[in-house]
Amino acid sequence: MLKKYKITCDEATTICDKNQYGEASFLEKMKLNLHFLNCKTCYSYTKQNMSLTKLYKGHASSCQSLKHCMTDEDKLALKKEFEKIKL
Amino acid sequence: MDFNLKMTEDKVTLDTSKWIDNYADYMYNYAVVRVSNEDIAKDLVQDTFFAGLKSAKNFQGKSTERTWLVSILKRKIIDHYRKINSKKGQAEVRMNFYDDGENEGNWIEDRVPQSWNNQSEKNIENEELKSQLERCIDALPEKYAMVFRMKTIQEFETEEICKELDITSSNLWVIIHRARTQLRRCMEDNWFNI
Repeated sequence: MLKKYKITCDEATTICDKNQYGEASFLEKMKLNLHFLNCKTCYSYTKQNMSLTKLYKGHASSCQSLKHCMTDEDKLALKKEFEKIKL
Repeated sequence: MDFNLKMTEDKVTLDTSKWIDNYADYMYNYAVVRVSNEDIAKDLVQDTFFAGLKSAKNFQGKSTERTWLVSILKRKIIDHYRKINSKKGQAEVRMNFYDDGENEGNWIEDRVPQSWNNQSEKNIENEELKSQLERCIDALPEKYAMVFRMKTIQEFETEEICKELDITSSNLWVIIHRARTQLRRCMEDNWFNI
């Protein structure tokens, strides 16, 4: 009966990665936990994945505060090209 | 040739002479965040302005100028995405799992995650760690880096990425999965286990 819920390591880690964003479904999480019973590797992958998620989140907040602007030279060059096309 | 459209009834004016001053920064930021490459972003913004100029007569004033230009830019980003998608395909991806045979879906022996020695330093304030992470993201195939950044770093909604890049959500999760397993491996080799 449990065969239905059996998944490969590839599938298990896919669910684990999805779960890092809180988007795995209940059924997926169940399959993942069932997989852990037989697979220490994926279990340790999951633990490491959680600490990587923390790392990525820290990186995300430092990146999001950056606003990218075009340099004045780039804008000037763009304007010149733009005028050429207009004519 | 006069590109300023004046519609008497709606009073819609498309004033192309102010486009660059008004929208270049906004559009550039929009593009950089999505393609993570300043030169490509610049090209996309330029292409967008040119395309906008060409089709200025189609502008109906139903949306603001900026929204209209961004919709063109979005198309350009999808085109760019398609290009990198077909150019690089999946050749560069390092496989972590067997993809056929009786071991299909199992970890490939020498790709199995190792336990980490260097657990102490996981603080992103550490500049060295941060630049190592950036190097590892940059080492991903372009398509994976782009989707990973959008989802993880810029924290876009899944639905939004799928719509913008014209992919399905299961497609997105496979890309995220491949990006993350590859990234984990890179960080293991260059940070956690050196």
